Amino acid sequence: MPLTGIEIFKLLPKTNCKECGEPTCLAFAMKLAAGKAELNACPYVSEEAKVKLAEASAPPILPVTIGVGDRALKIGSETVMFRHEKRFENPPGFAILITDTMEEAEVNARLERFSQLQYKRVGLTLRPELVAAKDESGDASKFEALVNKVKQNSSSGIILMSSNPDILAAGLKACADWKPLIYAATEDNMARVVDLAKEHSCPVAAKASSLEKLAQLTAKLTEAGAKDIILDSGARTVRRAFEEQLIIRNAALNKKFRPLGFPTIVFPCEMTGDPMKEAVIASMFVAKYGGIIVLSDFQGESLFPLLVERMNIYTDPQRPLATTEGIYEIGSPDEKSPVLITTNFSLTYFIVSGEIETSKVHSYLLVKDTEGLSVMTAWAAGKFVSDTIAPFVKKCGIGDKVKHRKLIIPGYAAAESGGLEEELSGWEILIGPRNAAHIPAYLKTWKP
Amino acid sequence: MELEIPKTLYSGKIKEIKLGKGDKAVTIGGESAYPFYLFEGEMPNLPKIAMEVWDCAPEEWAEAALEPFDGVTDDPVAWAKKCIKDYGAEMIALQLISTDPNGLNRAADEAAEVVKRVAEAIDVPLIVWGTANHDKDTEVLKKVCENCQEKKLIIGPVEEGDHKKIGAAALAYHHTVISSTPIDINLAKQLNILLGNLGIPDELIVMDPTVSSIGYGIEYCYSVMERDRMAALTQQDEKLQFPIICNLAKEVWKTKEVHILMEEDPKLGDAKKRGILMEAMTAMVLLLGGADILIMRHPKAIELAREMITELTAS
Repeated sequence: MPLTGIEIFKLLPKTNCKECGEPTCLAFAMKLAAGKAELNACPYVSEEAKVKLAEASAPPILPVTIGVGDRALKIGSETVMFRHEKRFENPPGFAILITDTMEEAEVNARLERFSQLQYKRVGLTLRPELVAAKDESGDASKFEALVNKVKQNSSSGIILMSSNPDILAAGLKACADWKPLIYAATEDNMARVVDLAKEHSCPVAAKASSLEKLAQLTAKLTEAGAKDIILDSGARTVRRAFEEQLIIRNAALNKKFRPLGFPTIVFPCEMTGDPMKEAVIASMFVAKYGGIIVLSDFQGESLFPLLVERMNIYTDPQRPLATTEGIYEIGSPDEKSPVLITTNFSLTYFIVSGEIETSKVHSYLLVKDTEGLSVMTAWAAGKFVSDTIAPFVKKCGIGDKVKHRKLIIPGYAAAESGGLEEELSGWEILIGPRNAAHIPAYLKTWKP
Repeated sequence: MELEIPKTLYSGKIKEIKLGKGDKAVTIGGESAYPFYLFEGEMPNLPKIAMEVWDCAPEEWAEAALEPFDGVTDDPVAWAKKCIKDYGAEMIALQLISTDPNGLNRAADEAAEVVKRVAEAIDVPLIVWGTANHDKDTEVLKKVCENCQEKKLIIGPVEEGDHKKIGAAALAYHHTVISSTPIDINLAKQLNILLGNLGIPDELIVMDPTVSSIGYGIEYCYSVMERDRMAALTQQDEKLQFPIICNLAKEVWKTKEVHILMEEDPKLGDAKKRGILMEAMTAMVLLLGGADILIMRHPKAIELAREMITELTAS
């Protein structure tokens, strides 16, 4: 529960020494409550107060990191129910399931797909993050061998799945240095599993059969010294799993209910046998609060849509995605191909490039950096006007790629055509359609 | 620490609206909680799926999307009947693609005639969707309203620029209007107010927030829909308490990614399944945002969306 300014004030030395930069301890307390000051600015605060304040100021959903180095996956730290209220912070990780009873060839193929299935989009690489290694044989040495294999063949984060602490220990022997997620501590095995988590400083999942039991379990785990916890409420039907995701986040954010203030793990792979349906269930959890989403397999036709959906939902509503400035070739354009220009708001780029592609007219698309603004907004803000477009057209090198000198500008920037003809001497400025959907019809009339 | 399940405080409700007529009429809306928050309130009418039919043969559809309609895509009446008979469509959405002035530019009379033929051949509710060209839509949709009196069509998109004329025609013949605005909660509210001022009763309005596909800015419409529902349900914003319709199929199936064959880019996997999943996942996101009607294309994507609706509301 966050403390009020007055509650914080009671924990401060109340000497008004001003060393923190504030005139009084009360003023400092108010700033702390508002998140505008750091406690360590006070040189005299007691250790006891530090502990209490740290507890109170901990985020309502704690962050948890799985894995190490640049492949570490951080989840949690979410602060809102709806993305428009601020933003969703840390995208869920996608995990592919691999078991120790699978044929070796199948394991290899899955690890291969895990590494291969990566996609470039708006300058970002979209890829899955985790391999879930599951014990099905009940044989510790088999499980350890599987984990070793995962480690040799990928650089993923790892989830170790077993209900048997001995088998989890064997998996940890192979990959503790990679800080895997231990899945899972249950009411029955928690004493030993929590020791493993502490010994290796690894995150641990708590699995129970209801939210109440889950809350009791995490409370025990916390008491036993586990810090990084991930929640599995045990629900494996769509409705219950969905509702429990909503309740977990709501309880953590709006009731500051600590025992559920952790990221979650969900298992579409255990909710259906149909891979298509599994993918749609996964897409639901991307929007509604999954922290880790475990899939029975990865195939391009389902992973790609999930990755782009995740990118969409986790885009910061206050910061539009932008495309890199430059010349984009659509099809195989040559020196007679049309040249179009647009702004670098990624959605604008996607739609314009998609429509040019639809037209089947090989073209050059010039993308001007407008700080991620769309054509109309950028034009109104003076970022997509003749003074900024002309220097870009000159320096981008399009003049060397085409023999003609015709530039197609968006209909919404028509007012710039006069200015552009002045500043780009030798170029003829053509006014394209206002609506990208009309580009194909427009390009069909193109003559160099 | 006892787990206390927090409850959202709702003060409003989505209007319940009947579409079409007779035995196959469909009722939508009536929600008293956020989408699928069944532990907090009710969703008395499950979201419905309308199957898309074009009024002219599609030229650039992906193979996967054409296959289920083999042999009927040049005949809207046969196409609509197939959707109902073979795929159990609860509603049909006739897209008047042929009227686009930048395309075939078919005349209003001719287009309205096709609508009439479809309307007479089916008994499920019929949505008629223009091209969002104000002048042409005014001409075409007015004619459609007139020609199909008593058919209780659902007519759109009705935008600020053409709402007076299309709205008046719809009102005269008791059709429902689709109040369509470009991904903006304030514009949505304003147009609903304007339609109300025109005399259109609440039970003849559904809202189109303008939607797109996953991968193509779906986050914008998703968040606008969530904001619409928040205002409608928790802030008593009466002018946003309308059911939401999402015309998603044509957005999904025009994207680059549904057209790429596996041979061209093996990492994208099977082209047919990919197209179906992009449509089904787009539908899933829009359902979570608050969609009451989804306009969809591929029968398998529709089946997946229906299964999700069923499972999310299973007792």
